[in-house]
Amino acid sequence: MKQLMTGNEAAAEAAIVAGCRYYYGYPITPQNELINYMSMRMPQIGGSFIQAESEIAAINMVYGSAAAGARAMTSSSSPGISLKQEGISYLAGSELPCVIVNIQRGGPGLGDISASQADYFQAVKGGGHGDYHTIVLAPSSVQEMADLVYDAFDLADKYRNPVMILGDAQIGQLMEPMEFHKRPKKNLPQKTWSLTGAEGRKRNIVKSFYPVKGQLEEFNAHLQRKYKAIEEHEVRYETVNTHKADIVLVAYGTSARVCADVVRKSRQLEFKVGLIRPITLWPFPKEIIRKISEKVQCILTVEMSAGQMVEDVRLAVEGKCPVHFYGRTGGGVPTSTQVIKKIVEVVPDNLANTLLQLAEVR
Amino acid sequence: MKALYEKPKTFIDTPTHFCPGCGHGIVLRLIAEIIDAWGIRGKTIGLAPVGCAVLAYNYLDIDMCEAAHGRPPAVATGIKRVHPDHVVFAYQGDGDLAAIGTAEIIHAANRGENITFIFVNNAVYGMTNGQMAPTTLVGQKTATTPSGRDSINYGHPIRVCELLSVLGGSSYLERVSLSSPENVRKTKKALEKGFKTQIEKRGFSLIEILSPCPIYWRMDANEAMRHIDEEMSKTFPLGVVKDWTQ
Amino acid sequence: MNSCLPTDITERIILAGFGGQGMMLLGKLIAQAAMIDGKKVTYFPSYGTEVRGGTAVYHLIISNNEIFSPIIEEADTLIVMNQPSYQKFKGMLKAGGLLLLNTSMIKSDNFPDAKIYEVPATEIASKLGNVLVSNIVMLGAYLAIKKLFSPNLILEQLQGMLKAKKGNLFAINKQALERGLHLIESIHHPYVR
Repeated sequence: MKQLMTGNEAAAEAAIVAGCRYYYGYPITPQNELINYMSMRMPQIGGSFIQAESEIAAINMVYGSAAAGARAMTSSSSPGISLKQEGISYLAGSELPCVIVNIQRGGPGLGDISASQADYFQAVKGGGHGDYHTIVLAPSSVQEMADLVYDAFDLADKYRNPVMILGDAQIGQLMEPMEFHKRPKKNLPQKTWSLTGAEGRKRNIVKSFYPVKGQLEEFNAHLQRKYKAIEEHEVRYETVNTHKADIVLVAYGTSARVCADVVRKSRQLEFKVGLIRPITLWPFPKEIIRKISEKVQCILTVEMSAGQMVEDVRLAVEGKCPVHFYGRTGGGVPTSTQVIKKIVEVVPDNLANTLLQLAEVR
Repeated sequence: MKALYEKPKTFIDTPTHFCPGCGHGIVLRLIAEIIDAWGIRGKTIGLAPVGCAVLAYNYLDIDMCEAAHGRPPAVATGIKRVHPDHVVFAYQGDGDLAAIGTAEIIHAANRGENITFIFVNNAVYGMTNGQMAPTTLVGQKTATTPSGRDSINYGHPIRVCELLSVLGGSSYLERVSLSSPENVRKTKKALEKGFKTQIEKRGFSLIEILSPCPIYWRMDANEAMRHIDEEMSKTFPLGVVKDWTQ
Repeated sequence: MNSCLPTDITERIILAGFGGQGMMLLGKLIAQAAMIDGKKVTYFPSYGTEVRGGTAVYHLIISNNEIFSPIIEEADTLIVMNQPSYQKFKGMLKAGGLLLLNTSMIKSDNFPDAKIYEVPATEIASKLGNVLVSNIVMLGAYLAIKKLFSPNLILEQLQGMLKAKKGNLFAINKQALERGLHLIESIHHPYVR
């Protein structure tokens, strides 16, 4: 049955549906509905909820529960996610599965509490110290928030790797009708490495410390092989109207919704606008972007940042077509009119001008 | 023939990385003895800190977890919530517990987490070449207090047991030392009391152990033991600081 | 269901008032009714740092088609409960759009080109005995004008939400809804400038 939920609440309930019974968090706007929801639900289902003394403590509690073999989650928003980076590096280094939700807000510093996508670099390039990746999933609707949180736990367990949900204030606070789908049980590896007490077996050690020369390099090589497997098997994206498109927009999450509206408005024109919406930001869907870049006049990347994902788009395109950028910063969300104006500006095609009239189309 | 003295089974037979005269080996051995005697190897999970005891998992044959610097109380909390009937202990030094991890230990204590904390206080950062610790004595020379800790610029030694004693969630707090065979026996008793507090689900316990660091105290082993009795115990008086287990 | 939303029509509503005037609930009731009626819905709050006082604004979109951005650039309907909200958001109403004013707290001005309905919602709610139901009076008025759903659908939602609470909150909310409905039904021609 459909219900009206905020993205934050949907993320929380989806985690519970996925079997997460350990949630640790610290209040920060705009993800408060999530921590509040967990404080209400966890006791009802025999789970554990702690309002931690800091985001640092919260991520380390997640580390503990993950090491103990359980599905664990924390959530925060940009400044709090910065604080968690130490813990995320340790989680990656100890190969612990967990889910971290970042409901991004404007930055840098305390910034503001409105929607932003300015934590892209932090999320997909590692964020903390060391050579590591978190799997990063970017929902663009409340339904997709629920679906991706559910999948995040499976991905985390499959690869023994932290998974980040990269949302923003709009996706977190937006209410939409959604439902929790029944899912087939996945065949996931047993957590034979977890800390359960060494009764009748050799002891397990969960650690990221490799002081003996050569061991750390060997471990890093193992990590890189794992990341390569993730890049090969877990890329997700959505394309809209990219077939025969003159220009293709690349956008994720909230920005992608705006771009999808632009695509809709352009449907009746000769000038075709397409959209590639990365769902996994890491691994990045570079293959499809490269392929499509060979057939279009240009690409326009739209973000709520000063230009972060656009760097990965350019790396994927390898100069095969011009890559333009339109961004809003400091909590601004692009409108379809602004995106259309930018298209008209970057496309050397008079047809694009007709799009301008479309800006009036509702 | 009956063996009078043996290596505990849980204590792994390997050379340690500890310096000569260091107290860590004694404490780890005491933990191993208790685990053996009580038969709890299969349900015990330990946490190693960052600092001199970072390699504690090399010496104890039990499930063990590393934690980031100062974070063992938070990590232990996460483990204990999943395995409430296991014995979970965190092994921490003074820099780990009383400087970078101050928030974590205070809040774990305040929540009354049913976990045993073993706090090895040697008043100096050993792993990083002997800098000032939060528990460094006034006047003590370290790498970062070359003319001795003066309280005007560097503050005062933090008395962790006393600090935690005012929190409603802490149940058992005792300070012991390794300065003599008698004190080592008392340390073992205190550790037993700490584990017992947890097993009986009576809440947060912390055993603070004054432990020698001859290298960075610039003393020989005997002087270091005397220093614990004559100097350190003045700032950090031995004894039970709080017992709410009754 | 008594859906009156023709195909390909989208209704964009901006709701604004003081924090604490119940705008959240007002919008949520419409959103839930729309959802049950099988419509696509987005409901997006945009609040400031204040919990009480301050301006709370909500963007509610109901459509038969997929909704892209939940942020409204131009509203079909503006429901405002206080003067600062009116000043702040009146510019977002499309030409000829519906403007519902809580005249207990808003001085009407020479706003051009809108269908204006004046509802003394706070006064009506006070007379009913609870100023907190002014939002439901407004909701009644809105339903009477736009006829998107049957009032019964809204009442069912309200009953579901209030059943856990003590007292006869439902009764007063029902009265408030009816007062709003009747107020509009008694005006035959809206005040159109």
